[in-house]
Amino acid sequence: MNSRVSTFFKLAVLLGLAGFPFFGSVFYTEVLAKILILAIFAMSLDLLVGFTGLVSFGHAAYFGIAAYMAVLLAPQSEAASLWIILPLAVLCAGIAAFVIGIFVLRTKGIYFIMVTLAFSQMAYFIFHDTKLGGGSDGIYLDYRPDATIAGFTPFDFNQTSHLYFFVLAALVAVYVFLTLLLRSPFGRVLVGIRSNEHRMLSLGYATFRYKLAAFTIAGALAGLAGFLYAVLFGFVTPEYLSWHKSGDVLLMVILGGMGNLAGAVAGAFVLTGLQEVFADWTKHWQLLMGGVIVLAVLFMPGGLAALPGRIVARLRKGENNG
Amino acid sequence: MDFTTFLIQLLNAVQYGLLLFLVASGLTLVFGIMGIINLAHGSFYMLGAYMAFVLTSMTGNLLLTILIGIPLALAFGAALEALLFTHLYKRNHLDQVLLTYGLILIFEELRSLTVGDDVHGVPVPEMFSMSIPLSDTLSYPVYRLVISAVCLLLALGLYLLIQRTRLGMMIRAGSHDRDMVQALGININGLYRTVFAIGVALAALAGMLAAPISSVYPGMGGGVLIISFVIVVIGGIGSVWGALVAALVIGFADTFGKVFMPDMAGLTVYLVMALVLLWRPEGIFRKG
Amino acid sequence: MAEILLKADGLTRHFGGLAANQDVSLSLERGVLHALLGPNGAGKSTCINMLSGDLPPTAGRIHYCSKDITRLSAYQRSRIGIGRSYQRTNIFTQFSALENCRLAAQSRHPRPWRIFTDALSLTDTLERARAALVEAGLGARASVIAGTLSHGEQRQLEIAMVLATDAQVLLLDEPLAGMGSNESAQMVELLNELKKTRAILLVEHDMDAVFAVADRVTVLVNGQVLESGSPEQIRNSAEVQEAYLGVEEAVHV
Repeated sequence: MNSRVSTFFKLAVLLGLAGFPFFGSVFYTEVLAKILILAIFAMSLDLLVGFTGLVSFGHAAYFGIAAYMAVLLAPQSEAASLWIILPLAVLCAGIAAFVIGIFVLRTKGIYFIMVTLAFSQMAYFIFHDTKLGGGSDGIYLDYRPDATIAGFTPFDFNQTSHLYFFVLAALVAVYVFLTLLLRSPFGRVLVGIRSNEHRMLSLGYATFRYKLAAFTIAGALAGLAGFLYAVLFGFVTPEYLSWHKSGDVLLMVILGGMGNLAGAVAGAFVLTGLQEVFADWTKHWQLLMGGVIVLAVLFMPGGLAALPGRIVARLRKGENNG
Repeated sequence: MDFTTFLIQLLNAVQYGLLLFLVASGLTLVFGIMGIINLAHGSFYMLGAYMAFVLTSMTGNLLLTILIGIPLALAFGAALEALLFTHLYKRNHLDQVLLTYGLILIFEELRSLTVGDDVHGVPVPEMFSMSIPLSDTLSYPVYRLVISAVCLLLALGLYLLIQRTRLGMMIRAGSHDRDMVQALGININGLYRTVFAIGVALAALAGMLAAPISSVYPGMGGGVLIISFVIVVIGGIGSVWGALVAALVIGFADTFGKVFMPDMAGLTVYLVMALVLLWRPEGIFRKG
Repeated sequence: MAEILLKADGLTRHFGGLAANQDVSLSLERGVLHALLGPNGAGKSTCINMLSGDLPPTAGRIHYCSKDITRLSAYQRSRIGIGRSYQRTNIFTQFSALENCRLAAQSRHPRPWRIFTDALSLTDTLERARAALVEAGLGARASVIAGTLSHGEQRQLEIAMVLATDAQVLLLDEPLAGMGSNESAQMVELLNELKKTRAILLVEHDMDAVFAVADRVTVLVNGQVLESGSPEQIRNSAEVQEAYLGVEEAVHV
């Protein structure tokens, strides 16, 4: 796909998404909002896995921490101000990622995968075992945040379509932010680290600091997704931090093709779509999911993003042979 | 805490640590020798526990179950290696993570389809069902001591296997240099299959042994998997000796964590890991 | 007296019980190309790794412009002006030759906080990268993906990247490895040009090349300095001939 066609395609999809609440039901608007939130989550992980070469298997921790903050930092009997609680929740996730990053980034390769998993499990147990967030039952968010600012209320989260548009705007903002970030000197260094960290060191880059910054930014953006998820569903459980959640988002990134932001969004759509379809068919839908994953690894390296190229290559090969 | 309670907790810590060692040793061998990160390793523990449940309800005898279960687990491991894992050696860690994550989903659903989602108990074998009185009110179940003894024997066996046998020599060579192993004319595919099968059997045996004291429940593999990761990280990848020490450390941290900080029980293990990471990012017994 | 940029005193490195380097001392001066010779396993790579910060020495000290830098890490040494190339080509194979050098140049002025600035719009960095490519003789190959360059060009790119970091001390680990005679001649010419303004340590196997460019030669055998002196001195040393040159010739025959 050349870049003009690709841009046109992305704008068309965006237009379709923006128009959806006008035609779709509230139920499907919520489903779509959920997918868009997961797409933000997937893009944040792609910054690590796809662009910096850091395979984190504990990304749900930051998603979940911000989701809990959406509830725990809110007053009990009234709605919190969106403009205060959203930055706070994102900040908490970022700080958590920064602190955990100091530990996990001391390791590499397989160790890194295991250690990120272990630390996210630690975060999981903090909410699961203590009474901080209602223990294993989770906790309810009684009031969606209020967007009133200086007496003016630009939108109302109690209307699903308003929340949906906010989520869509957040998705676009994160996409644009990451695209700019990756073009910047900072982003170039991240891609260099993925390609050859040792050489980056010998060229004079303090790679640890760059990785820590990327880990923190990714954690904060995951927090944005977690916050929106909590607002959308109105409750938070320790499962938000579970390693299955980390596995799912990793799957979205890989399914979409690593190092491709639009691919991460597509991965969120495809994975959630598959889950919904399989769950419609059978109670044991995870069996099908697992089968798809195993087959995809064995027969489809490179993910969805590599698929068009592979098909073209196959066709060309066919032509040459013919 | 009086001495008797302390003694009981001490024995529990050792028993838990040794059981974890069985799971983690297989994981660390597969990491160290084959370079594979296997998220589905916890599923083999679950497999063992459910075998204990199903077979014991048929045979009525856990010992018989174990005798049947180990060959089954070995065969299962060898088959899995031949069918799937053999395709992963040349793939990156990410593909390994993905495929084995998919396997977890498959194993969990197969378990749900065949045995259901209920929690089950497995009776303690009759010959070990008594307790040793430690004071007027406290006693210690013999079965837990038996578990510790079996695990210690297996640890010794593993040590002898690695240090004294031809297979062990290949394992030691393999964990250092794959090319050299092939240059020595060793059948690397056979070696990998054997190591993988042993790893599966050890995890399954741990599940079978644990079934009477921990009960059998859905998702039991996940918890053990992550704790085993922590052990491998602390012990150093590929080091069986490191896995033993780390497993005992974790056994103690978890058991006494529950005693002293009941509200934060799940956390102690991870705090220990964080400290070790600060001190030695590549584990205590990192090779080379 | 020429300006001494890098000075190593008594560098020692043990691997287990084995001494890979034992009490190695050498100094690099601006305008001088210092060659490090030695048979395989003599400890040349260990030595260059200690100088570049890739490997901490067991004992000994390293000074840069009379500042003690023994404890500085690889990236810190690069920052102050010590650049190295690698024996096995160590480049960013997926990037263009220009981007390889641009990343190298960017390290001098990283500006990581300017996250909304297109890196390609920072012309000072881009110009430095282009200049380094031209200096290394790759000016016409800027937009080629590094992985598809010929072997000789990749070796040139290695050096171009070091130049882009504006390094004053160049530690070059076998830049001629695997090159054809034509490419070798070009590289020798390049080295002669580069040494005019910088200090160079050249680890090299190719004897002809070494004697064509070196102003000073240190011979390393079994991790120890056997002899150090002018190329003439080394060429005529009976000890060196016995320990090294004789072996080499025997191998060549």
